[in-house]
Amino acid sequence: MNKIYLVASREFKTRVQKKTFLLSTIGLPILIFGFYALMIYFQVKTTDNFKVAVSDQSKLFNGKIDDKKSTEVIFSFIDADTAALNKKLNNQEYDAYLFIPNGYNLQSGEPQIAFRSSKALGLMTREKIENRISNALEEKKLLALNISKGQLDSARLENNAISFTTNDGKKDNETKVGISYAVGMIAGFLIYIILFVYGTMVMRGVMEEKVSRIAEVIVSSVKPFELMLGKIFGIGAVGLIQFIIWIVLVFGLQLLIPVLFPDVAAQMQSAPIQPGAMGAATAVKESGALQGIMAGLAEINFTLVIGCFVFYFLGGYFMYAALFAAVGSAVNEDPQDAQSLLLPIMMPIIFAMVIMTKAVNDPNSTLAIFGSLFPLTSPIVMMARVAHGVPDGVTVVQLIASMALLVLGFLGTTWVAAKIYRTGILMYGKKVTWKEMWKWAFKNN
Amino acid sequence: MHNILELKNLQKHYATQKAVDDVSFSIKQGSIFGLLGPNGAGKTTLLRMITGIFYPDSGDLLFDGKPFDPQNDFVHIGYMPEERGLYKKMKIGEQAMYLAQLKGLSKSESLEKIKYWFKKFEMESWWNKKVEDLSKGMSQKLQFVTTVLHEPKLIILDEPFSGLDPLNANLIKDEIYGLAQRGSTIIFSTHRMEQVEEICDHIILMNLGKKILDGTVTDVKQQFKENKFNVQFKGQPTELASPIFTIEHQEKQQLIVKINEGYTSNHVLNYLLQQDVLIERFNEILPSLNDIFIHLVEGSKATTRAFQNN
Repeated sequence: MNKIYLVASREFKTRVQKKTFLLSTIGLPILIFGFYALMIYFQVKTTDNFKVAVSDQSKLFNGKIDDKKSTEVIFSFIDADTAALNKKLNNQEYDAYLFIPNGYNLQSGEPQIAFRSSKALGLMTREKIENRISNALEEKKLLALNISKGQLDSARLENNAISFTTNDGKKDNETKVGISYAVGMIAGFLIYIILFVYGTMVMRGVMEEKVSRIAEVIVSSVKPFELMLGKIFGIGAVGLIQFIIWIVLVFGLQLLIPVLFPDVAAQMQSAPIQPGAMGAATAVKESGALQGIMAGLAEINFTLVIGCFVFYFLGGYFMYAALFAAVGSAVNEDPQDAQSLLLPIMMPIIFAMVIMTKAVNDPNSTLAIFGSLFPLTSPIVMMARVAHGVPDGVTVVQLIASMALLVLGFLGTTWVAAKIYRTGILMYGKKVTWKEMWKWAFKNN
Repeated sequence: MHNILELKNLQKHYATQKAVDDVSFSIKQGSIFGLLGPNGAGKTTLLRMITGIFYPDSGDLLFDGKPFDPQNDFVHIGYMPEERGLYKKMKIGEQAMYLAQLKGLSKSESLEKIKYWFKKFEMESWWNKKVEDLSKGMSQKLQFVTTVLHEPKLIILDEPFSGLDPLNANLIKDEIYGLAQRGSTIIFSTHRMEQVEEICDHIILMNLGKKILDGTVTDVKQQFKENKFNVQFKGQPTELASPIFTIEHQEKQQLIVKINEGYTSNHVLNYLLQQDVLIERFNEILPSLNDIFIHLVEGSKATTRAFQNN
């Protein structure tokens, strides 16, 4: 046990002390965040005192668009034809103009209202202008039909929508299903990436030991099984640390959002929790939907999802890492050999990904149930089901059975992999096939 | 001196062949033991069983008088395999610490011993260098240090001098003698026969998984001697034909003779003295281990087997 710890701590230290680790763990997320922040910044950037000339030829608005007092967009009514307006635009007296042609028909919307600006509008400005004008138009139209705004609002009231409930009386709301879908998808996809990234890291570590010919030196003091486990634990710890740093970074950077984008922050203030800063920023379009998302997120059992995520992350990683280690031990200098040997390991992972995309839609289908129980696919597929909650997405029995099977699967692959590893790591200069690896694993030697 | 290691009918099979086939021998504590054999003879497999990396299929292995228990006895063994290496990206000091701790030493013990050996080999300035910055000879020295620094009772060195210049080879050689004097036993596996002759007390020759020769270097040479003598003389012999010996090679003042059955070296000397020459040198030509090796291995299927083994 002490030796596994020694091996693991070496694996951990040598990786964490590398410059590339710092770069990929801290540098990369900051870079990505900065990139997104810049993109969002330019998209949502609003110009203050955006002056819009309104030439209302058909006297539709009676000198004002609405009652809003905004300094961002200022509508001022003038009487001019398009040629004169264009000229004013060119002289930069106004940033844009709105031209409502003579004889504008409210019902048909003909002839079309024209909006012209001197340069392309920022996302936020455009939204604001569009909202204000179309709201004003809508009101005018309703008035023409003799419907007041109040009447319309009561007709539109959300609570007269159909009430979706499940058999146990719980409310089944649409946004929650949508959010579950997203959470399941993201969690499943993360595990998929973890399996690949850290699995190949284990494989490369084993190959390094073999290629640099240190394996036999080490194996004379440590049992091959201990060496393999130590390596898997050490790299697993690196992965865990990397993830924790990323989560801390995401939450930390999110605190920066209000500082960088006061507008976005204002939109988010009414929301109960503030996850996914970037997602929220692009969803500012309609604060109603945003609040729905927040409410949906609040309904997700995050303790369950995060708990399961950690379990399946570790379980899946340990199970696959052993297989990756076995492949690494069988490969010689030529990394090309690894490709063909890896295929049988990558197949179930990719297969799991396919089942997962089905399972987020229909967490209780036979395929989803099978996929979430079968250890080679369960780490990815189960995340999709867990996101829908217990017992909506998955029953307690199935969850426990899946976890137990994963532990068994982990023990199984580790046992098989250890036997391949033991033989492979001391085998030099020979190209190994799956048939031979099978022999090492299941014949006594 | 008691036996540090005893092998009794040790066997190890691979799918297609017997890698080690019924091998028995024993090694005395404090001796320097040579394990010889052509490629593919089963030396590496044998060494891997002695180090606990492989388990024998059958037979007994006694370490220090007790059945070999790799789990506990590994601390008393230092193994420098033929296929050896170090972590390239790791600092030399950390690497030595790691390997020492894997051998069961505590942190402080490791540090103390590494400092001692680094000082001895003038490697102190290397501590923060990486292995990839070392020359082959330098990393070989480091490898040797990491093999012996936990003061093992049994040190196994597979081709320890490959890649070393004569200066460093001598340094290591002296250390090997020193370790043997302090009670460590050394198993030395190589193809370089002149080194074996120089260093080893006792040798074993393996071929095709079997032990084909076992004895001290002197015994083995005696066993394979061909009764050849080298004679150097001054003067002109009157006659050089006698039933006592056959001339193998003749130069102006030198003869190589093979003594015929039923005669001894004294007969030859007597005969030569009567030939009115001044004998300057008269010595027996013992076969070199190299000759014995080639003589024994040649003609067997060793080469084909070595090929299969890869």
